[in-house]
Amino acid sequence: MARMARKDIGEIRGIIARAKRLDVIFGVVGVLALGLGLLTFATLFVDMALDGYSRLTPDFFTEFPSRHAERAGILSAWVGTTLVMLVTACVAVPLSVAAGIYLEEYAPRNWITDIIEINIANLAGVPSIIYGLLALGLFVYEFNLGQSILTAGLTLALLILPVVIVATREAIRSIPSHIREGAYALGATKWQVVQHHILPYSMGGIMTGVIIGMARAIGETAPIITIGALTFIAFLPASPVTGTFPFLSFEWLQSPFTVMPIQIFNWTSRPDPNFHANAAAAGFVLVLMTLIMNGLAIWLRYRIRRNIKW
Amino acid sequence: MSANRLSHRASRHVKERIIESILFLAALVSVATTLGIVYILVKESVVFFNQVPLWDFLTDTQWTPLFDDAHFGIIVLLSGTLVSSGVALAVAIPLGTLIAIYLSEFASARAREFAKPVLELLSGVPTIIYGYFALLFLTPLLQKLIPGLPGFNLLSAGIVMGIMIVPYVASISEDAMRAVPMSLREGSYAMGATRLQTALKVVFPGALSGVAAAYILGISRAVGETMILAVAAGMQPNLTWNPTESAATITAFIVQVALGDLPHGSVGYQTIFAAGLTLMLLTLVFNVLGHVMRRRFREQY
Repeated sequence: MARMARKDIGEIRGIIARAKRLDVIFGVVGVLALGLGLLTFATLFVDMALDGYSRLTPDFFTEFPSRHAERAGILSAWVGTTLVMLVTACVAVPLSVAAGIYLEEYAPRNWITDIIEINIANLAGVPSIIYGLLALGLFVYEFNLGQSILTAGLTLALLILPVVIVATREAIRSIPSHIREGAYALGATKWQVVQHHILPYSMGGIMTGVIIGMARAIGETAPIITIGALTFIAFLPASPVTGTFPFLSFEWLQSPFTVMPIQIFNWTSRPDPNFHANAAAAGFVLVLMTLIMNGLAIWLRYRIRRNIKW
Repeated sequence: MSANRLSHRASRHVKERIIESILFLAALVSVATTLGIVYILVKESVVFFNQVPLWDFLTDTQWTPLFDDAHFGIIVLLSGTLVSSGVALAVAIPLGTLIAIYLSEFASARAREFAKPVLELLSGVPTIIYGYFALLFLTPLLQKLIPGLPGFNLLSAGIVMGIMIVPYVASISEDAMRAVPMSLREGSYAMGATRLQTALKVVFPGALSGVAAAYILGISRAVGETMILAVAAGMQPNLTWNPTESAATITAFIVQVALGDLPHGSVGYQTIFAAGLTLMLLTLVFNVLGHVMRRRFREQY
């Protein structure tokens, strides 16, 4: 009897030891899986940096694309990206912040609100190229906006609407209701509450969403190709600032353009490996831009979470 | 004095209503976007299907819309889309699930604080960059392992696409696993289970519908992905189920047509809208399914 029990104990110890070993092994596998993801990213980043290193000179940023790989630069691409982003921000930020405020502070519980909410959730899952088709059919041919900076900016604005709306709503929802109640008790109207309390307190969260949305827009290629952006642009759009009254010009909105991702796509698809170095250099710049923007957003969110105590 | 105050209140009321209406209109823009998408896709597709019978669209085994002898068999593009998505999922599901289990059950709070933002950064990398990586880094590497692999192939594009959706799958799965109540884990630990046993036999089954939602949303991502495939998988329509071949996907075809100069109103122009409608319906099915499952796990506990 005693011997049997001892044998059982030995067996049970074996089982426990095996279970513990598996546990440790899985821990290692988990770290490896995570590491594989990080390693891929590091490889991608280093590979681009190495391939494109020789092309990352100041000239690269001040030259137009060219048939000669060594003389080609990204001037029209980064100017185009900047202008398109400007349009996107001007359209997407007010629209999505307003929509977020409406849904959190004003919207009654009814079927219209339900439709809007379900709709935003679904829009977030629509492939970006579909937005390109929308823009091609609607903006380019029905509204006759052409294959312009304005069309591209509007398209990307619609694309990032769900991202910024969701971020705005989350930021607003985290404001405790006693803040609102205090303001209402003093006779504030709904808009006064929003203007003086809700908006300032949720600004950090909204900014986070805006930056993440813009980081996404800056790298989007498919919708812009679909509307028919040109891949070879050797001129700049008209300057937004002019020397004569009224000092502002909106001619650039109608200008043909190219953007960074399209330039990269164009250089990557060429068979000549010299252009691949250009693609790598431009890609490195683009990744750096999105990394900085996303990093900023994450840091901002981290700070908000730490600093705000209601 | 009192009349003055009353009129002040009335104007204040009007102002409030105007502001509310403006905010409401802003919220409606998203609905208008959806309606716009449906309108454009359906409108052009109707014209398309007046010229090409739906039956041919679904059953023809050739896709040559721009040739004189035009064939419109969407199955050709669909095969490319499904094969590349299959490869992507074969990468993303195991890796994403492993990472999710590790982060949710094994990692210390500090490791998680570090890993989550990094994963988020990964998902922020533009897809064109992944395309470059697939074509000019991974394909040459794979060509050493698989002799005879063409320069454009679905395998390399699919693998990179899988890596791209890993953060997405991992983060939704992790959310689902963290939503499993602590009491279930404590019960399991109290019975003497290890972390791995608890993770595999208690947490994972408990979070199953949420994890399944993550997979389905991952599929939807892969199906709609464009640039990686346009760059690395080639744009030649090819009815194949073999990932080592080159083939066009629905999205790559749209890019290819858009890069050319098709006259507005031609059949070729309408083809991309019919292809887009197919893609939209495909992702819609996955998205709705994913959201339904996601909601179910949220209400479970």
